[in-house]
Amino acid sequence: MSEAKVSSAKARSAPPQVSVWRRFVNHLMTGVAVLTVLIVLVPLVAIFGYLLYKGFGSINWAFLTQTPKPVGEPGGGMANAIVGSMFILAIGSLIGVPLGIGAGIYLSEYGRNRFGDAIRFISDVLNGVPSIVIGIVAYGVVVLRQKHFSALAGGFALAIMMIPTIARTTEQMLLLVPQAIREAAYGLGIPRWRATLSITLRTATSGVITGVMLAFARVAGETAPLLFTAFGNQFWNLRLDQPTAALPLQIFTYAISPFDEWHRQAWAGALVLIVLIVGAVAAVRIAVSRGTLAGAR
Amino acid sequence: MGVGIQVKALNAWYGKTQALYDINLHMQANHATALIGPSGCGKSTFIRCLNRMHETIPEARVEGQVQFGDFDAYNGTSPTQLRRRVGMVFQKPNPFPTMSIYDNVASGLKLNGFRNRKQLDDTVETALQASALWEEVKDDLHKKSGAGLSGGQQQRLCIARALAVQPEVLLMDEPCSALDPISTGKIEELIFQLKEKYTIVIVTHNMQQAARVAEFTGFFLLGKMVEFDKTEKIFTNPSDKRTEDYITGRFG
Repeated sequence: MSEAKVSSAKARSAPPQVSVWRRFVNHLMTGVAVLTVLIVLVPLVAIFGYLLYKGFGSINWAFLTQTPKPVGEPGGGMANAIVGSMFILAIGSLIGVPLGIGAGIYLSEYGRNRFGDAIRFISDVLNGVPSIVIGIVAYGVVVLRQKHFSALAGGFALAIMMIPTIARTTEQMLLLVPQAIREAAYGLGIPRWRATLSITLRTATSGVITGVMLAFARVAGETAPLLFTAFGNQFWNLRLDQPTAALPLQIFTYAISPFDEWHRQAWAGALVLIVLIVGAVAAVRIAVSRGTLAGAR
Repeated sequence: MGVGIQVKALNAWYGKTQALYDINLHMQANHATALIGPSGCGKSTFIRCLNRMHETIPEARVEGQVQFGDFDAYNGTSPTQLRRRVGMVFQKPNPFPTMSIYDNVASGLKLNGFRNRKQLDDTVETALQASALWEEVKDDLHKKSGAGLSGGQQQRLCIARALAVQPEVLLMDEPCSALDPISTGKIEELIFQLKEKYTIVIVTHNMQQAARVAEFTGFFLLGKMVEFDKTEKIFTNPSDKRTEDYITGRFG
C-alpha cells in the first residue's frame, strides 16, 4: 500500500477534533430522549403496579361472578358492574363510532368551508366540556323522558363524549391519505362516495382505529357522566331501560365508603377495569393487524 | 378498440388564472400521441381535461368540447361514466396501499358493483398480462399489497388497474418520470402493444420517449398548443421556431 493511501485511510478512521463535541451532543440528546420516555413511563407503570399490588389479592372467582353483598357481609363481587360496563360501552360505541367517523369523513372530504370550520370549532369545544355536564345533558334528554335511569342513557352520554375525539382524529387521518390515491379512484370511474368509503377510509383504517380506541379507552373509565344516567345497581340487570351497574360507578361508591372490605373491592374493580380496557384495545389491534397484507403501509 | 379524440376550442382555468387557451386537436384511434413542452405549459392540465379530472380541483373550470368517437365527454355524460371509458395512469405510481395486488386490479370493477368472481379472475389475469406484470406477481396476487412492489412494478400494476375496466382510451401523465431506465423500457414496450387495442395519449418530459413511442406529437407552450404533427416531422423539421428551439434544447 502506498504512503498516500495509508494516510488517507488514517484520516478517515481518525475523526477530526470537532466530532468529539458532536458525539457528545449526540449522546446527550439521545440520553435526554430516553429520559423523557422513562419519565412518561413511570406514572404508567406505577399506577398499574400499585393497582396490581392493592387489587390483585381481592380478585377471585366470587368477585368476577357474584353481585355485591350487603354491608357487613364478606365476599360478593362486581360481576353485574363488569357486564353493565360492557353493555354501556357497547351502546356508547354503537352510537358514537359511526357518528364520529361519519362526521370525520364529512370534515375531511366535504367540509373545506365555513360550515366545516364551525363543526371543527364546536367539536373541539365539546371535547373540553366537563364530563359531568355531558351527564346532565344525557339526564335531560334521555332520563327525564324515559322517567328512569338506564344503560341507554349511560351509553348516550358516553357516545357524546366519543364523537368529537373520533371525528377529529378520523378527519386528520383521512387528510393524511395522499390526494393521488383519491385521484386514482376517480380515474377508474368510481363514484366519489364509493371512493371515500372503500378507498380513502380503508387506506386510513389503522389511524381511524387508533382514534376510536383512544375515545373508547377514555370514556371506559368515566364516572361522572354515568352518575345520573346509568345510575348504578347492586343487582343484576340486563335490560337496557333500567338502572345499570358500571365499574367506575361501583369503584366510586366503594372507594368513598368507610368499609375496608369495600375499599379492597374498589381496588380490585379498578384493576379489572384497566385490564378490560387494555384487553379490548389489544384485541382490536390484533384483529386489525391480522387483516394487513405483506408490504401494506 | 380505441376511439379517436376530437378536441375543440378547449379553455381551462384554475380560479382566475387561465391555463389552456383554445386548444384544437384531433388524436387518431389506436395510435399514441405524445404531448411535450416545458413544465407548467399545460400538458397535464390538458390531459386531465380529457377525462374530467381537472374539475375535481376546487375552483378549476373548463370550456370547450371533447369528443371520444361519437361520445361527448362534457354534454350529457357524468364524469364517472366517462372515466370508465377513458383510463388514466398517473405520474407517480399510486396503487391502493391497503389492497392486495388482485384487489388493486379488480378495484375499478368491484367498486362499480361487479361481483362475478370467475369473470373478475379472468379480467385480473388478462389485465396483468397486458401490462406485462403477470409472471412477476401471479403467486402473490392475494398475499401481497400493491404497495409492496417495486416502483416499476407498481406503475405496471396501475396500468393493469386502468386496463381492467376495459377503457377505449388510455391517458398517461408522465408515466415513467419516477422510474429507472429498465422499468421505463418495459413501459414503453407496453405502450407499443397497447396501441393495438387502445388510443394512447402520453405526456412526457423525455423527448426521446416521445420519439420512440408516439406517431403524433403536440408541443405545448404557455397554455397554447404551438404545433401538432407527425412525430417525425416535429423532431426533424418543425414548422414553428419555438418548437425547434425547444427540441434542440435552447430553452425549457
